[in-house]
Amino acid sequence: MIRIIDYGLGNIQAFLNVYKRLGIPAERAAEPAALEGARHVILPGVGAFDRAMSLFDASGFRAPVERLIAETEVRVLGICVGMQMLSEGSDEGQLPGLGWVPGRVRQIDSLKKAKGLPMPHMGWNDVEARGGAMLFDGLDDLRFYFLHSYYFECQNEANSLATAEYGDRFSCAVSNGHVYGVQFHPEKSHHWGQALLRNFALI
Amino acid sequence: MLRPRIIPTLLVHQGGLVKTVGFKDPKYVGDPINAVKIFNEKEADELVVLDIDATVNGAEPDYRMIANLAAECRMPLCYGGGINTVTQAERIISLGVEKVALSAAAIERPALLTEIAERIGRQSVVAIIDVRRRTGMFRKGLEVTTRNATRAHSMTPGELSEELERAGAGEIVINSVDRDGTKAGYDLELAAEIRERVKVPLTILGGAGSLDDIAELIGTCGTVGASAGSLFVFKGGLRAVLINYPASEKKDQICAEGFARYRA
Repeated sequence: MIRIIDYGLGNIQAFLNVYKRLGIPAERAAEPAALEGARHVILPGVGAFDRAMSLFDASGFRAPVERLIAETEVRVLGICVGMQMLSEGSDEGQLPGLGWVPGRVRQIDSLKKAKGLPMPHMGWNDVEARGGAMLFDGLDDLRFYFLHSYYFECQNEANSLATAEYGDRFSCAVSNGHVYGVQFHPEKSHHWGQALLRNFALI
Repeated sequence: MLRPRIIPTLLVHQGGLVKTVGFKDPKYVGDPINAVKIFNEKEADELVVLDIDATVNGAEPDYRMIANLAAECRMPLCYGGGINTVTQAERIISLGVEKVALSAAAIERPALLTEIAERIGRQSVVAIIDVRRRTGMFRKGLEVTTRNATRAHSMTPGELSEELERAGAGEIVINSVDRDGTKAGYDLELAAEIRERVKVPLTILGGAGSLDDIAELIGTCGTVGASAGSLFVFKGGLRAVLINYPASEKKDQICAEGFARYRA
């Protein structure tokens, strides 16, 4: 059973729809107790970093998820701002991030070659995955839908699972242990996204 | 690389899908949910749904319809029509829509875009500018209109695009009133002018009659959103309804042709 955390942000229905089509059980976790025994948890997110962090902190989900990460084999997947929240912090806001993946969120504009390009980065972008990354297993000709102005700058190259090029290359998928994050929107990326969400369920 | 976006725009009128010509004479073309299902199968890049009744009737957005569309839609969805408060925009995003589009309300009060962007992020805020070319004796040149082209505004499309970008729009859509439904090709001159003036992603709507028109638009603007109504809902000259969308290989070919012209 995939649990999608509902802390007031993000398109939870879209994930439920994809998993329904895949025949994989998934449900909305509207309260922390719903995470009991979870093996797979999705952390969605849209909008501004501070707003997402403060809603998540206020939701009561944070401590139980951290406990699951520390004590169990739970797999966590952050999506879009949900991925950015995994960092130590973002140039977009003041609040600290969750610190589950070492790195910091920067403005795409700060990438030298991305200056002058249309911003936000919006649309379908080719993605290059690192060999052996299970999230991208069995997928080729990778492309996903992006809608963002900030990106995840990994502290260690080893945490980067895939990159996209917009002016410069940046990490668009990260992992640390069983915590994963993707900057793009798999729930809105047709068969590529569907395959990625299936892979996540199988990890 | 970032690919150009090829985007069907669907108009909702009295609960059904319609296609207009010059913003007039809505012709019924089918059921919105059914169209979304077909565009899912065809893996369309994005979808824009505009309720053309809501603003002129002073009605609230139809949240039930929006929720149904969002639940069905497997591609990014942009909704426009009748949005004039932050609360409405937030509610629509919470239904699973990626972007909200505003026109009249934003043009009449650009600060509304700022307020909405603060809540949902500017990447989800779209400003649509309906533009008409006046060719009369006394009124010549480009004119911005709102409320289904029944009201004119004094700012030029270029000035207004810049102002709405400053206010908080994360995307500008330029919709040509005269080209709407004509399949006569995009207004490339207008597209080029706006591309020069704004830094946010730009989408052009109105006039696309063939995939070559899309290549031509990419040839003019580079990476751009190419949107169309008639092209994706009609087949052939008799305007027979047939929802269609280019296959992936075809799309790649159009983009490659467009970029070759852009670089030339």
